[in-house]
Amino acid sequence: MSFSRRRLLALALLPACNPSRPHEGFLGLMERFNAQVQAGMFRRSKLAPEEPREALTDPEHFPSYKVAEDYPEAPQGWTVSVKGLVAKPLVLSLAELRKLPRTDFRVRHHCVEGWSAVASWHGVRLSDLGRLCGADPRAGFVEFRSFEQGQPEEGGPLVRYSSSWDRESVDHPQTIVAYGKNGSPLTREEGAPLRLYSAVKLGYKMVKWVDEVVYQPMPNGGYWEDQGYEWFAGV
Amino acid sequence: MQTARAVPEQPLAVRLTHWLNVPLLLLMAASGLEILAAFPQMGPQGEPASWYPLQEWVPPSWLRAGGWLAGARHIHFALGWFLVANGLVYLIWMAASGEWRRRAFLPRRDSMNALQTMAYYLRVRKIAPEQGLYNGLQRLSYTAVIFLAVIEVLSGLALYKPVQLSALAALFGGYDGARAIHLLGLAALAGFTVGHIAMVLLHPRALLSIFTGGSRS
Repeated sequence: MSFSRRRLLALALLPACNPSRPHEGFLGLMERFNAQVQAGMFRRSKLAPEEPREALTDPEHFPSYKVAEDYPEAPQGWTVSVKGLVAKPLVLSLAELRKLPRTDFRVRHHCVEGWSAVASWHGVRLSDLGRLCGADPRAGFVEFRSFEQGQPEEGGPLVRYSSSWDRESVDHPQTIVAYGKNGSPLTREEGAPLRLYSAVKLGYKMVKWVDEVVYQPMPNGGYWEDQGYEWFAGV
Repeated sequence: MQTARAVPEQPLAVRLTHWLNVPLLLLMAASGLEILAAFPQMGPQGEPASWYPLQEWVPPSWLRAGGWLAGARHIHFALGWFLVANGLVYLIWMAASGEWRRRAFLPRRDSMNALQTMAYYLRVRKIAPEQGLYNGLQRLSYTAVIFLAVIEVLSGLALYKPVQLSALAALFGGYDGARAIHLLGLAALAGFTVGHIAMVLLHPRALLSIFTGGSRS
């Protein structure tokens, strides 16, 4: 087999900068650098501005996304489990979640695609859940898992939607497991019965239809992250 | 005339930063347009901006780089730092070397010359005004494009971190304002580049000096 010089050069450069595999080579190096920059900029006390009521996006124009063929329906007797590096693992029903301190905020949502939209959300702060289960400070990461399943590759295996977060962003006061939007309970499209919502991450990090919250010592990938999207994705 | 402090028309630092800009700006623009293609609208969801004539226009694939949204974002956020670093090297070198004196647009010194040059280009005036390295119009456009670059970087940072840098984003009218300014800035940079290339093609000596450094003064 003979290679032209141009072909050899392209082969040599390909692993270094290949946008179809952006976690590797030069682009991967820069992604890790950018994650450090973003983590360095992050302040837990820095709140996203509360949006005025007039800024609310018409709910009909607030897009809903899914990776499953249909919006998934919660299984009978759904609960969310909070586990991993915790002193006291929890299994909570929606009724039990509603009894925990409620947090409300109206903020701008930032999608990786470039659009923004405003809604108000309510639910339980992750920092409250973390205290309740005695989350270990050594758990620097939290993985959120959904009962939604998608098929990243046509004909490939079904994959659960999930996303792994840095603990700092998880414990931000505007990061909640939400059970309501714009004053009403979540609809199935919006992630009912429970979804992650945060003012400090891009939309794809906010797992919908959550049933597992796992405190971990190491970062993990995620549904979109494994396909090449940025892991940190803070805003 | 050769003096002890002979400076070429285009010193090495200028040539290096200038030519580094070419691939960096091209890739930033092309990956930026790939990112735009993921949501080719201006204004937040449900409130498309009425001033924007290109709603739903997707840039053609030959203008885009990265192949898909994630690839384009990784390219954009990787190369952005190099573009900023290149710009900072240029500005620091300008300040330290004193080169800014014959390059920067100083309104009192250069305004009249800029107007006269414009008149000459529009055939209102028969002879070109006297000039040093650059005429007033060149100084104006080369200085303006630096400000344009600063606006691009700041609006880009506001888009990247609209919450952590919420004050900066507010300066641009919020996230969607920053997004519009970031795109308008790209259009202005593209306009500058077209004009710039046209002008140096008309003045081959200037074209040569950005490769070789040109004559020493």
